[in-house]
Amino acid sequence: MDKSSVVPSRRALKQATDRARSRTRIPRRAGWLQEYSLAALFLAPSIALFGIFLFYPLVQSIYLSLHSTTPRGDVAKYIGLRNFERLFEASGFLNSLWVTVEFMLFTVPTSILLALILAAICRTHLRGSKVFRFIFSLPIAISVGTGSVIWMMLFHPTLGMPNYLLQLIGLPGIQWLTSPDWALISISIMTVWMNVGFLFILLLGGMEGVSEEIYESARMDGAGPMRTFFRLTLPLISPTLFFASVTSIISAFQSFGQINILTKGGPVNSTNVLVFNLYQDAFVNFRFGSGSAQALVLFVLILILTVIQFKFGEKKVHYQ
Amino acid sequence: MKPNVLRLGSAYTVLILASILILFPFWTALSNSFMTEADSATYPPKLIPSHWDVQNFLNVLNTIPIIRFMLNSLVTSTIITLGQLLTSCMAAYAFAFLRFPGRKLLFSLFLATMMIPWEVTIIPNYLTVRSWNWLDSYAGLTVPFLATAFGTFLMRQFFMQLPKELMEAARIDGCGHLRIFASLVIPLSMPGLATLGVYSFLNHWNMYLWPLLITNSESMRTVQIGISMLQFAEVTAWNVVMAGIVLVLLPSLILLAVGLGRLVGGLTAGSLKG
Repeated sequence: MDKSSVVPSRRALKQATDRARSRTRIPRRAGWLQEYSLAALFLAPSIALFGIFLFYPLVQSIYLSLHSTTPRGDVAKYIGLRNFERLFEASGFLNSLWVTVEFMLFTVPTSILLALILAAICRTHLRGSKVFRFIFSLPIAISVGTGSVIWMMLFHPTLGMPNYLLQLIGLPGIQWLTSPDWALISISIMTVWMNVGFLFILLLGGMEGVSEEIYESARMDGAGPMRTFFRLTLPLISPTLFFASVTSIISAFQSFGQINILTKGGPVNSTNVLVFNLYQDAFVNFRFGSGSAQALVLFVLILILTVIQFKFGEKKVHYQ
Repeated sequence: MKPNVLRLGSAYTVLILASILILFPFWTALSNSFMTEADSATYPPKLIPSHWDVQNFLNVLNTIPIIRFMLNSLVTSTIITLGQLLTSCMAAYAFAFLRFPGRKLLFSLFLATMMIPWEVTIIPNYLTVRSWNWLDSYAGLTVPFLATAFGTFLMRQFFMQLPKELMEAARIDGCGHLRIFASLVIPLSMPGLATLGVYSFLNHWNMYLWPLLITNSESMRTVQIGISMLQFAEVTAWNVVMAGIVLVLLPSLILLAVGLGRLVGGLTAGSLKG
């Protein structure tokens, strides 16, 4: 990021100091008690909100998952690990686990690779790179709601452009959203398109954080762009790349909107990812106990992924 | 310089191809929003309307309460954004400049919250909000999101980059923490606030699952839910649906155009050094 936006200008500094000075007349040294209570005051809102809407629900999820519940969401009776056993006995949950992994494998490597290539080209200050930067960032403004509706039209078997183009080159049209073989791929295409904006911004930011002098000296040594990219840029942005892959995997595991709008988990459960399955169980069938059990499995999975990524990634990551 | 021309040529080819792929869905929405119903339902699909027609925008405004949806989203995301800026600046200040017992522990607790996906807590949160009678209310839509660990890290990062001498000078001059916070740290962290603000606003304008769960009445529906219900409602004409999409996209696109510079780099800084 460019330095000037982080470090305030000298004039701004002076003005701010003057302002602060002019308002204080009595010299005051905050004692330790004052400092503690101020810290408590400043942290209280965040801690209260996290407590009510994050930590309590986590505990409550564990409690609910060990009980059967009424459709109102009240606890009926303690049933031990029965909810979890049922999940792993039934094919539905295992299927959605597999679908989620497939979905992750389809979307994460593709979107990161695409964003990486685009960011690497845009970093070199080509003519017009500002325009391209804006274009490639555009999908970040797309919500899952609007994005899904647009792609619903694109995936339309007769009105959509993709099928028309296929026909132009003599291929049969694809039932993008209604064929069990294609539905997950279609959802993945749409998701890659949606993710590319955020990843592009993230990776470009990482590349711009590498100081221009490093590139300059590489150029002086006669390194070509390919060599510079693989030997210099890639290792130097590995922390960003690492962060990008962790967040992408986690967000793949959290996908819901595009599935709810485009396929409703179908056809024949081929796009029934974890969160959609959870949503169905808890908020359509009102089985909050079973839903909570699924939520906890999701939590543990994401936790394991994060830990593995950090353990494995730390070693390969180069920190400046 | 032959290889240079080749290199430049292939770079531009990649950029232009990628631009077409990324822009095409946007173009589909835009061009269809100006088409007549007959135009948008023809085969082969049209790329450009035979004449540009604004009727669809009037139709969509008349058939669904899209203004109301947008207002709901605007109120919701504005409250969340302002709330997050406030809570995260306060918490970040405490972590960056105040000394108190358990600081490290609390900080790692904040870190830990980033590992709890929102989906995991959604059932108890739904039950909580329902028991407080907050379904179909702005309180239900906003309050659960008013604190953010990510924002706290981002702001702490910005605070720690402020020159130390400045803080010391202010303290020697007898400024208390409250004054330093309000008239020194906050004004100097505007770039950080802008990054967090743009990011938070976009994210919550685009929120989907939570509003889907807790809003039932049409008058409280946010724009994302409203728009995705368009194609199931009485209007199934794609040209009208796309006019709605364009209306909804406009605010986010404008915000992106204004705030893009802030996002590049700003997010990377927060994600890594926090």
